[in-house]
Amino acid sequence: METLMSILVGILFAIGIYLILTKTLLRIILGTSILGHGVNLLIITMGGLKKGGPPLLGITNHSYADSLPQALLLTAIVINFATTALFLVLSYRAYKVLGTDNMELLRGNEDE
Amino acid sequence: MNNMIILPIILPTVAALVMIILRNKIKLHRVLSLVALLSVMAVSVIIISKIRKDGIMSLQLGGWEAPFGVSMVADMFAAILVLVTSVVSICCLIYAFSSIGREREEYYFYPLFLILITGVNGSFLTGDIFNLFVCFEVMLVASYVLISLGGTRAQLRESIKYILINVISSFLFLVAIAYLYAITGTLNLAHLSYRIAEVGQDGLMTTVAILFLIVFSLKAGLFLFFWLPGSYSAPPTAIAAIFAALLTKVGMYAIIRIFTLVFYHEPEVTHLFIGILSAITMLLGAIGAVAFRDIQKVMTYNVVVGVGFILAGLASYSIVGLTGSFYYLVHDMIIKSLIFLLGGTIIHLTGTSKLDKISGLIRLHPALGWMFFIAALSLSGIPPLSGFLGKIFITEGTFTATYYWLGAIGLLTSLMVLYSILKVFMSVFWGYTDLTLDREKGSTKGRMLPIALLTVLTIGLGLGVEGIHEYMDIAVEVLMNPTVYVEAVIGK
Repeated sequence: METLMSILVGILFAIGIYLILTKTLLRIILGTSILGHGVNLLIITMGGLKKGGPPLLGITNHSYADSLPQALLLTAIVINFATTALFLVLSYRAYKVLGTDNMELLRGNEDE
Repeated sequence: MNNMIILPIILPTVAALVMIILRNKIKLHRVLSLVALLSVMAVSVIIISKIRKDGIMSLQLGGWEAPFGVSMVADMFAAILVLVTSVVSICCLIYAFSSIGREREEYYFYPLFLILITGVNGSFLTGDIFNLFVCFEVMLVASYVLISLGGTRAQLRESIKYILINVISSFLFLVAIAYLYAITGTLNLAHLSYRIAEVGQDGLMTTVAILFLIVFSLKAGLFLFFWLPGSYSAPPTAIAAIFAALLTKVGMYAIIRIFTLVFYHEPEVTHLFIGILSAITMLLGAIGAVAFRDIQKVMTYNVVVGVGFILAGLASYSIVGLTGSFYYLVHDMIIKSLIFLLGGTIIHLTGTSKLDKISGLIRLHPALGWMFFIAALSLSGIPPLSGFLGKIFITEGTFTATYYWLGAIGLLTSLMVLYSILKVFMSVFWGYTDLTLDREKGSTKGRMLPIALLTVLTIGLGLGVEGIHEYMDIAVEVLMNPTVYVEAVIGK
């Protein structure tokens, strides 16, 4: 199961990086979003994909799921969500003001 | 009484939240942010004196014991950096009072500023690597908004690149944390240090270490600094100054912390790699600083040179080299904000950042000219100013580690830095005065106080080094002996 997940993470990373390397701003943001999902899956995979009960006292199980990667994952998702929202709003504003979403034209020149 | 460690994080946050509720009371914003930062300064002084007496302070949040909960740890290294952060941010805040403009003030400039400081202090004081990530994000989200606040064309253009590069490096940070957790099963820095010392740092671990180095290099501007010159010249002076003083320093702090506390077993691989990167960084930064005839470009490339130089001390991994790094880190926080405030004032007065269009400013503003001269000398490490001692120690450290090439490049780039900054001084302040006071684009009213404070500080730090070296020694001793840190946090 871990191997399958690793391959999935690899595919998500490949798609994300491909999108980030394109010129359109919106595609780049979608790329970061997909990359973020890849990272989240990686965290959960790295904790070990176990089937088992909750790690609580009083419940007797043979195996427990590791709860720490899940906590990390939640934090990472929230931060990722906030950053993506900010990034989208800012790119819309930049598109309005600068009149383009082509990264080639956003290099900036000396005489502005 | 270790609860005090949390105050440098809580105080600015609470002040910022109060300000967001009372949005239109700008006077209150100013007073409250100044009070919050002054009290953080006072708290950090108390923390430093306590650490000197009783050793490292640690706090287990929520009462969860060390490897399971999140620990906050204040050793001398972190506590001194918190103190310097609050001093520098107070100066930038006072500068912002007269320069940032009513519109930015109404759109939450002061709360964002304080949240940035929260993130910086949190990064310094945390003892948990995932919490370090969270504090980084707090700092970065505040900086994303600060860099685009005002929405000029240049700001929007540069903020997009700045956000993109930082979002990607944050993802790499998470990837590195995931791998580290998979290998060691812990996230507490002290516990990581203990476990890795126990099982040894094998090839896989060193790979993870290099991944961490890439992440922090992106944030600190070590070799991967291509985003830095653009981003740091877009926002207004007060914001650019606080960025130059603090943001790259937090990345450097993380590199120094991780590579002295956790991944210190293979210095001939990791630390040599850091040395090579810092040599390239110094050279490229110095070439940039020498090449451009634009105040902002010269200043931002000087930030890059500073990053390379500080990490050259870490690369030597010796007591004297790390002492030098620490001295220079403190010096660099002060001098970079000073240079950015001075440069920003010159641009404000003349309305241009091109060196060829400015001359003879010393007739109109003698005080500004002399302070720029002192700052220029201090930047390149001329005695008795604050940069000198750090420079000596770092060079000595690289020589004792027999990295002669690294020390030589450090000294060569110091000369280039001196040339680049004196080039600015000579063309701005010397020559024919073609400007008159009434034709100036702005005035220095309210802007000289923070600049004078920082100038006094850089002179004082150079002359009063006897008084602080005891604290510096305590800090470096902990950096070189990770077991002290580990014992203080998890008691093993």
